[in-house]
Amino acid sequence: MTLPEPSSPLLSIRNLSVRLPGTGERSHAVKGVSFDLLRGEILCIVGESGSGKSISANAIMGLLPSYLRPEQGEILFDGQDLLKQSESELLALRGRRIGMIFQEPMSALNPTMRVGQQIAEVMDTHNAYPGTQRQQRVLELLELVGLPDPRTLQHSYPFRLSGGQRQRVMIAMALALEPDILIADEPTTALDVTTQAQILELIQKIQRSMGMGVMFITHDFGVVADIADRIVVMEKGLLVEQGVAAQILDAPQHPYTQRLIAAVPTGRSSVTAVAVGSAPVLDVRNLMKTYSTGGGLFKPARVVHAVNDVSFTVARGETLGIVGESGSGKSSIGKCLLKLQSIDGGQIFFDGQDIAPLSQSAFRPQRQKLQMIFQDPFASLNPRHTVGRILTDGPIANGVPRAEAERRARELLALVELEASAYDRYPNEFSGGQRQRVGIARALALQPDLLVADESVSALDVSVQAQVLALLQDIQQRLGVAMVFITHDLRVAAQICHKVGVMHQGCMVEYGTPEQILSNPKQLYTRRLIDAMPGKAWDRQRADASV
Amino acid sequence: MNILFSAISKLAKALGVIFAVVVVNFFLIRLAPGDPASIMAGEAGASDPQYVARLREQFGLDQPLLVQLWSYIKGILHFDWGFSYRMKLPVLDLILDRLPATLLLMGAAFVFSIVLGILLGVLSAKTRYTGQRRWLDSVIVSAALVLYATPLFWLSLLAIILFSVVLGWLPAFGMQSVGVELTGWAHIKDVALHLILPTVSLGTFYMAMYVRLTRASLLEVMGMDFVKTARAKGVSASHVMRRHVLRNGLLPVVTFCGIQLGQMAGGAVLTETVFGWPGIGRLMFDALMQRDYQLLLGIFLVTSAMVVLFNLLTDLVYRLVDPRIEFEGGK
Amino acid sequence: MKDFLRRFMKNKGAVVGLAIFLLVVGVAISAPFLYDGSPWMMVADPLMTPFQDAQYPLGTDMLGRDIAAGMAYGAQVSLLISLISTAVAVIVGVAIGAIAGYNGGWLDDLLMRITEFFQTIPQLAMAVVLVAIFTPSIYSIVGAIALVSWPPVARLVRSEFLSLRQREFVQAAVVIGLRPGRIIFTQILPNAMSSIIITASLMVATAILTESALSFLGLGDRNMMSWGFMIGAARTMLREAAWMSILPGLAILLTVLAINLIGEGLSDALNPQLRNRGEK
Repeated sequence: MTLPEPSSPLLSIRNLSVRLPGTGERSHAVKGVSFDLLRGEILCIVGESGSGKSISANAIMGLLPSYLRPEQGEILFDGQDLLKQSESELLALRGRRIGMIFQEPMSALNPTMRVGQQIAEVMDTHNAYPGTQRQQRVLELLELVGLPDPRTLQHSYPFRLSGGQRQRVMIAMALALEPDILIADEPTTALDVTTQAQILELIQKIQRSMGMGVMFITHDFGVVADIADRIVVMEKGLLVEQGVAAQILDAPQHPYTQRLIAAVPTGRSSVTAVAVGSAPVLDVRNLMKTYSTGGGLFKPARVVHAVNDVSFTVARGETLGIVGESGSGKSSIGKCLLKLQSIDGGQIFFDGQDIAPLSQSAFRPQRQKLQMIFQDPFASLNPRHTVGRILTDGPIANGVPRAEAERRARELLALVELEASAYDRYPNEFSGGQRQRVGIARALALQPDLLVADESVSALDVSVQAQVLALLQDIQQRLGVAMVFITHDLRVAAQICHKVGVMHQGCMVEYGTPEQILSNPKQLYTRRLIDAMPGKAWDRQRADASV
Repeated sequence: MNILFSAISKLAKALGVIFAVVVVNFFLIRLAPGDPASIMAGEAGASDPQYVARLREQFGLDQPLLVQLWSYIKGILHFDWGFSYRMKLPVLDLILDRLPATLLLMGAAFVFSIVLGILLGVLSAKTRYTGQRRWLDSVIVSAALVLYATPLFWLSLLAIILFSVVLGWLPAFGMQSVGVELTGWAHIKDVALHLILPTVSLGTFYMAMYVRLTRASLLEVMGMDFVKTARAKGVSASHVMRRHVLRNGLLPVVTFCGIQLGQMAGGAVLTETVFGWPGIGRLMFDALMQRDYQLLLGIFLVTSAMVVLFNLLTDLVYRLVDPRIEFEGGK
Repeated sequence: MKDFLRRFMKNKGAVVGLAIFLLVVGVAISAPFLYDGSPWMMVADPLMTPFQDAQYPLGTDMLGRDIAAGMAYGAQVSLLISLISTAVAVIVGVAIGAIAGYNGGWLDDLLMRITEFFQTIPQLAMAVVLVAIFTPSIYSIVGAIALVSWPPVARLVRSEFLSLRQREFVQAAVVIGLRPGRIIFTQILPNAMSSIIITASLMVATAILTESALSFLGLGDRNMMSWGFMIGAARTMLREAAWMSILPGLAILLTVLAINLIGEGLSDALNPQLRNRGEK
C-alpha cells in the first residue's frame, strides 16, 4: 500500500445531497457527504445496504436514474464540477478519464456482442487507438487482466465466460484508456471467495502500475482490511467516519463503525462444547446426487456429481458447518437431507431410521423433525400470508389443534425477539433480518430435532448477520437442537460450528473442528480457501486483541 | 452438428403437427351431427343421392374406423383431397389455383405490419430513452391501443367507404380490374393498386401488435445492466440504442412473428371476403356459404401447413440471429 | 384491497375503460326493458338515417329493423359469449397448466405438445371450421372460442407454476409437511392469480373480436342478433347506408378498447411490487 501524496486530491466530493422521491421514512438517499479521493490511493467506501455508497459513486459518473437528482453539493474533478457538466461533456469523461465497474458480472455485458468488440467499443467511442492498434490494444488488455488465450477469447460471447472472467473483461474495458480514476461498485460481491481474491489482487496490481486512484465500494470489512489505504464509512446516507485505514480498523471512533467491526466474524470459535457421547441425531453415509443434462440420439448425457460420496454425523446440540463455493454441492446436500430432491445413492439415518428410500408421502409425517431455514428472506415467506398464518400452518397441518398452535406461535415470536404485533402483519412490512427471524420461528414451530440453515445469513447485512447468528446459538443452547449450517463463508462457520466439512466439486475434502482445519489444513483446496479469506491478518489481530 | 440435429427435429415436429391436423379433420367429419357422407357431399351434393352413395362407397364409411383413417391419410398423401361438387373441381386444384393470391396478400401485409410496427415501436421507445419529444410516445401508444381494438373486417369496410366510395382513389374489389387484359408493368401496377387497401386493412391490426411488442421489449432492455455498462464507457445515447438496445430488444420480436402469422392467416379470411380478393380465404368463405365441407377442411389443412412452415422459418431465423442459440444453449 | 383500488384508479385510461365497460353492461342488461320485443322485428320504414327520428335514434336497416335495438341486444350477445368462453378457457388452461407445471416429467411434455398443437393452428380458421361443422349455435360458438383460446393461459400458468415451485416459500411449505394439493391451492395459485386475471381480461376482448368475426362470416347463432352479424348484413349497402356498418363496428371498438384499458389498469395495480431488495 502506497502512502497518499500530499498534493491536491484527484476527486473531491463536497456536501453532496441526493433527494429520494416520494414521502418515505427517509428524505435523502445521501445527505451532506464530503470526502476526497487522493492520487495513487485505494479509497474504500464501506456501508451496509441503504447506506448510499452506490448512489454517491453513480452521482460522480452522472449515471443516477432520472428520479434521483443531486439537489446540492459539488463533485470536483480536474477543476470542474461534474454535477454541472452537460451530458456530452460527461460522455467525454466516462471511460476515458473515469472508468467504472459494477457488481453483477453475469448481466453487465451485452449478451449479443463479442467480448473483444465490447472492449474495442470504448476506444471507438473516444477515437483512441485507430486502425490496427485497436486490435493490438484489445489483446494487450485481455492479457493484462489475466485472461487465457486472448486471441480466441476476444471472439467469444459473454455467455461462454465464468463470472470471474466476465469481471476481468469489465476491468479491461474500464482500463482501456488508462483513466485517472477507477470506480469499483462492489465488484467482487457476487463472486466466489477464491475468485474474489484473484480479482482483488488484479486490481491492486493494476493500481500500483498505473498509479490510478481507485474508489472501491464494498460492505465487507475483510476486503477493506486487505486493500484500503483510506476508508470512508457510511450509514443511511450519512458519512459517519473517515480516515487512514490502520486507524479506522484498529481504533474506530464512531459507535456505528465500532458496531460494524465487532460484527465481522473473526474466525475464532465461540461455541460451547457439546456433551461427549451423545448419539448422533443425523448419520449420513455415502450420499450421492447426480444431475444429467443433454443427451440425445448421438450424444451421451453429461453427468454431474453434485454430491459425491459424502459422509458425516451430527450429534444432539451440535452444529456442523458445510462450507464450499458455488457449485461445490453444499446446497444440494441441504436439499437432499430434507428430501426436496431425490437421492441417487447412500443412506441418511435420522434418529436411527434410514429416510433416504422413503417416498414423499411416507416421509411426510416425519418432516416435522427436520426443518430448514432458507437463504433469501424476501422469497422464503409467502407474501400473501400473515406472519401468524406462516407460523401456524405447519403445526396445524401436523395435527396440532389451532389454539395450541397459536399459543406456540406467539411464544416463538418472543423467542426470536420480534414484537407480538408481528403476528397479524405481512412479511413486506419487515426488514430482511426480521424476516429471517420469522423463518427461524417457522422452523422451530414444529419442534424439530435437526435444523438445516442453508446460507441463512448470507443475504443479510453484516450487523444483522451477527445478531441472527447469536440468536441461532442461543436457541441451540436452550433447545438442544442439532444444526447443519451451510455457508460459503469459512469465517462464519469457524465461529459458530463445532465441526466443519469443506466441500469441493461434490466431495467433502476436509472434515474436522474449526481449529484443526484453520491451523492445519490437509488438502490443497482447503489451503486455497483459507488463503482467499479476506482480511485474515486483521482478523488475527482483532481476535488476539480481544482475548 | 447440433444445428443440423435440431433442424431435423424441428422439421419432424412440424410434420407431426400437420399430420395431427389431418387426423383432426378426419374425426371432425365423423363427429359432426348428421350423416358423414351427406356432410362430405356438401349442401349442393347432398341433393344428389347418387353422388352421396358414391362418396359412401369411396370413403368406405361402413368399414372400421381405423381402416377409414388409414385410407384417408393415404389419400391426402396421394394428393387426393376430395372433390367439390359445387365447383366441379378437385379440392387441391381449387386451393392451388387460389394460393398465390393469398401468399401475395399475406406477404405484403406481413412486411407492412412488421416494418411499420418495429419503426414506430423503436421511435416510441427512443423518445422515452432520450426524454425528448415524449408526446410522440403517447400518440403512438394511444393509436396502437385503438387500432388493436379495431375489428379487422370493420376496418376493411371503413377503408372501402373512405378510399373507394367517398374519395374514389383506390379500387375496392378483386385483385385486378375487370374486363381488361393487361400485361407487363401495367398489369403489375393494376394489381398493386388493388393490393393497397387489403394490405393496409389486414396489416394494421398486427402492426399495432408489433408496436406494443417492440416498445415493451426495448423498454425492458433499456433497464438492463449492460446498458449501464455501455453508458459508463461514454457511449452516446444513440449508439447505445443502436448497438445494445436494438440488437437485444428485437430478438423477442422475431419469436412472435411465427405466432402473428398464424393469426394473420385467420385475418386473411376476413380481408379477402370483404375485398373479394381471390385467395384461399375467400374460397373458405364460399365453402362456408355452400356448406362444402371437403373444401373447407382442405383449406384448413393448407392454412395450418402454411402457418407451421412459417413458424419453422422464423425459428430458423431466430437461431441464426441469437448467438446464444448457435451453441449448446450456453451456461 | 384498498391499495389495489387506489393503484387502479391512478391509471386514468383504466378508469375510462371501466366507465365505458359498465355502460355497455348497463345497455346489455336493460335491453329487454328498453326494447321489448325482438330486435328482429320490423318496426319502421327501412333505411332511415340516424338522428332523424327520435324514436329510432340510430336509424333502421334495409328491412326496417331498429338498429339501436339491434345494438343493445348485440351487447348482450357479445358480453355473454365472450365472458362464458373466457371462463371456460381459463378453467381448462389453469387446470392443464397447473398439472403440467407442478408435476413436470412426461406429463408436462405430453400436455405441452398438445398445447403447442392448439397454439400453432391458426385460431380463427379453426374456430370457423369447428362452428361450421357443428352448426352454429351459442354452444358451438362458445366451445370453439374456448378451444382456441385456452393455450396461452395454459402456457402462462405452467411457467408461473414452474417458477413458483422453485421459490423458497413453496419449498418451505413442503418442508413443514403440507400436502401437494394444499400447497397448490394455498401457496402457488394465489401468487399466480394476478397474471391469470390480467390474461383473462385481455382474453375477453379477443373473444369479442372472434365472436364478431364469426357472426360477420355468417356463423353466428341464428336467433341472436350480434354486432358482427349486423355489419355482415350491411355489406351490400355500403354506398347507400354506411351507418349500418359503422355504428355496430364502433360498438365493438369501444367495448374492446374499454376492456384492454381495464386490463392495463389491472396490470399496473396488481404488479407494482417487484421484490423489494434493499438498495445497495
